[in-house]
Amino acid sequence: MKRQSWDNPSDTSLTRVDGAAKVSGGATYSAEYAIPELVHAVLVTSTIAKGSITAIEAHEAEAAPGVLAVISHLNVMTVPGWPAKKQPAERAQVGTALRVFYDPLIYFDGQPVAMVVAGTHEQAVHAASLVCVTYRKESHQTDFEKNAGKAAVPLNVQRSGNSPFKDYERGDAAALRQAEVKIEAEYIIPTQHHQPLEPHAIIAVWEADDKLTVYDKNQGVKSVQGQLAQAFKLPRENVQVVARYVGGAFGSGIRVWPHTLAAVIAAKQVKRPVKLVLGRDQMFTSVGYRPYTVQKIGLGASADGRLTGIVHEGTGQTSMYEEHLERTVLASRALYACPSVLTRYRLLPLDVNTPTWMRGPGDATGMFALESAMDELAFALKMDPLDFRLKNYAESDPERNLPWSAKSLRECYELGAEKFGWKNRMQAPRSVRQNGMLVGYGMASSLYGFHRHPSKARAVMQADGSVVVQSATMDIGPGTGTAMTRIAAKVLGLNAKKIRFELGHSALPDAPGQNGSSTIPSVGSAVHDACEALKNRLAALAGDMEARFRSGGQAVVRNGQLFASEGDKDGLSYADILKHHHLNELEVTGESKQGAERDQYSMYSFGCHFVEVQVGELTGEVRVTRVVTCADVGTIINYKTARSQSIGGVVGGIGMALMEESVMDHRFGRYVTSDFASYHIPVHADVPPIEVYYIDKPDMLADPIGSKGLGEIAIVGVAGAIANAVFNATGKRIRHLPITPDKLI
Amino acid sequence: MDIDAIPPDAENEDRRFFLKQSMLIAGLSMAPADLLHAALVPDDGPVGNAVKVKVSLTVNGKRKRVTIDPRMTLLDLLREHLGLTGTKKGCDFGQCGACTVHIDGRRALSCLTFALMQHGAKITTIEGLSDGEKLHPLQEAFIKHDGLQCGYCTPGQVMSAVACIREGCAGSAPEVREYMSGNLCRCGAYPNIVDAILEVKKEGLKV
Repeated sequence: MKRQSWDNPSDTSLTRVDGAAKVSGGATYSAEYAIPELVHAVLVTSTIAKGSITAIEAHEAEAAPGVLAVISHLNVMTVPGWPAKKQPAERAQVGTALRVFYDPLIYFDGQPVAMVVAGTHEQAVHAASLVCVTYRKESHQTDFEKNAGKAAVPLNVQRSGNSPFKDYERGDAAALRQAEVKIEAEYIIPTQHHQPLEPHAIIAVWEADDKLTVYDKNQGVKSVQGQLAQAFKLPRENVQVVARYVGGAFGSGIRVWPHTLAAVIAAKQVKRPVKLVLGRDQMFTSVGYRPYTVQKIGLGASADGRLTGIVHEGTGQTSMYEEHLERTVLASRALYACPSVLTRYRLLPLDVNTPTWMRGPGDATGMFALESAMDELAFALKMDPLDFRLKNYAESDPERNLPWSAKSLRECYELGAEKFGWKNRMQAPRSVRQNGMLVGYGMASSLYGFHRHPSKARAVMQADGSVVVQSATMDIGPGTGTAMTRIAAKVLGLNAKKIRFELGHSALPDAPGQNGSSTIPSVGSAVHDACEALKNRLAALAGDMEARFRSGGQAVVRNGQLFASEGDKDGLSYADILKHHHLNELEVTGESKQGAERDQYSMYSFGCHFVEVQVGELTGEVRVTRVVTCADVGTIINYKTARSQSIGGVVGGIGMALMEESVMDHRFGRYVTSDFASYHIPVHADVPPIEVYYIDKPDMLADPIGSKGLGEIAIVGVAGAIANAVFNATGKRIRHLPITPDKLI
Repeated sequence: MDIDAIPPDAENEDRRFFLKQSMLIAGLSMAPADLLHAALVPDDGPVGNAVKVKVSLTVNGKRKRVTIDPRMTLLDLLREHLGLTGTKKGCDFGQCGACTVHIDGRRALSCLTFALMQHGAKITTIEGLSDGEKLHPLQEAFIKHDGLQCGYCTPGQVMSAVACIREGCAGSAPEVREYMSGNLCRCGAYPNIVDAILEVKKEGLKV
């Protein structure tokens, strides 16, 4: 295929194609489908962190008005895809996803133990309060610090031949010890929760004994379809998953969680469509979280500021029944040119639910530590932190010894620094005061790996020349439909208003879930290829009509018309081409996947953030007052929605740095932060104007549209930049997030 | 609760009904159905063992007479019974603002009020903000400035934004940020929302 650079689209951004639906209340989210005969479910969750259920007293609940069933391990149907239960029940082997209502065993506080199904939500809520569960408690371990000694190499990694999470070493193991200047420090991030504004929700409808439809909040309809088909031993096509609008997820919707299965089971048992919406408190124990992680970093450099050694060790928390692995230490191998690098990754299983990927998974965690440490070493070297990074700029991937497919991080640094006014920054902490506040400036780099998965898209031209493009991709907020519409409009030379993009339904052509910043590279490429194929079909059909289209030249598209060449004045309209051939529609399906380039080049998105903070010297309150963020993600498909995604990443980073912390009372193994009053996320007043810049140079080795992922790098590094700015303001280095006032006074 | 709050167009039947109910409201909360049963049986009668109450209110200019569970919040009435799902349930706890509606012209969290407490009230939801197909200036501004991503907090943001301007709190960006801080957005659309509000305010459009 001919590869061409993408035009700079920044002047002609599309407004969000579903904007009108979203601002007028017309967008339908998972819990909002009007299904006849719908009944309501409420989960009852465990109040101990480890042990087993000895009895469930459900008579009162069952007798309460409107109650259809109280489902628990005592009366649950047999889920055909699950192994037969053992008597007595045995604790799950590591690597077993929690099977809801499977047996009496309790793995964490907040585990679903029963579910009340009733005619109305109010009836279900009340009846759930009547269910009385008694337990045999066992002593639990939820405190990371107290159990840190039990951290180990994950079994997954021990058994795997070439896991990226294996211990890694390059160069001279003694390099750090012998460095002329070095720092060593420990960094801690607490457990943090995604908490999208829409709680996870599902409506499960058994259309027939062997036919299931779920309206489910998730990030991948195809993956949910596959997992439900497997659990209920149904042919894939008998399971349909609908998620046209998803009210945010940030990773919480990547997996199929126990509550989803619970609703499907309940719908089967009561023979009615069942709606289950998690309570905000249940969102803390039901859909994963960014794991509590302790990192130790050692950085060494020559006196003139060349990195000589990096040691990066990370230990993340996981559950007793699953290992959640993430890229915590991996950035340290690739971001800077350093001859000697050692990384180690460990997991600490605790009596908690399994963590999962949360925006910038692993890298947001690891880069907080690495970029804080870089700032610390720059200070020790008496170097400007940006100069220090430039001095250690990696011109090729030092981990894989491969050239970058494209890397404009240097341009990011330069553009960001210029827009921010970085050169005016004073190196000495506590140099600037304004209105009685200490003012500080910090920066950090950002990177995130490139992910592109096989994807399909179908493009169907209608008789009037308009086009419907379809793919089972998702939009959890970035504006997938808008970006895909723009790609199709560009390839087909059509006004965007004549294109409709459909997503979020498992009956559409295969696409990966929306995660790992992979949607634009994966699905965008498929849409591009499908529309190219459609264009070629139109050119072939035009060739049947007129000789000029048979010359073998490249047909050109403009304004819904096909031209034989660039200079051709008379076009054939798409509608006329279809009409001439008596076609009501013209359909093509494109499939796109990564080529051999993936093994020949190292592919990453890059970026950097510059942050100004003001810190109250007496109160310890930190206010982020200005942010400049700059990204190199190849082509920017649609500037307006991309900019919003970058802003959103920075806002997420402000939360991570300054306020987000899930606090557990280890006496009970229970979160005490279980709502928005105790788990703080940024509000309007916490967010300053945020300037966003892109390098916008296509990376044509990555994919045919030259575009790489943006969602993750938008947050990766932000917490480090803020911590560095706080140091510049106060002279205090806070290595344990969040940076709350108590740590500064 | 003041009986003067009942609009003049409320029917007498509604007024009598309201007076009887208003004395019970304070104790309702999520009380077991039995208690409610005992209290309300004389007039309203049980439905099975549960109790239903009649409520009349105006939603987006349309009179609605509904028989509901007294434990039902205004939010659940809108979403589950009136098909108005534009008002969102984010926390059900009055902490996120996604359920913001206007009650008798004032912004309110519909999850924190029982539906029967709004007997006789005039409710405006996001669906009632536009004039038919023509969007409200703030809805237009939210689209123009991309003041949304996933869209879930958006209806609440828009309803609060209208109140923000109406109440004269949109004089500057810091003022808007302070006023709007009860409406959480996890996608981080905040700066664009502030831009949208300030633009509508600046243009002096009627909100």
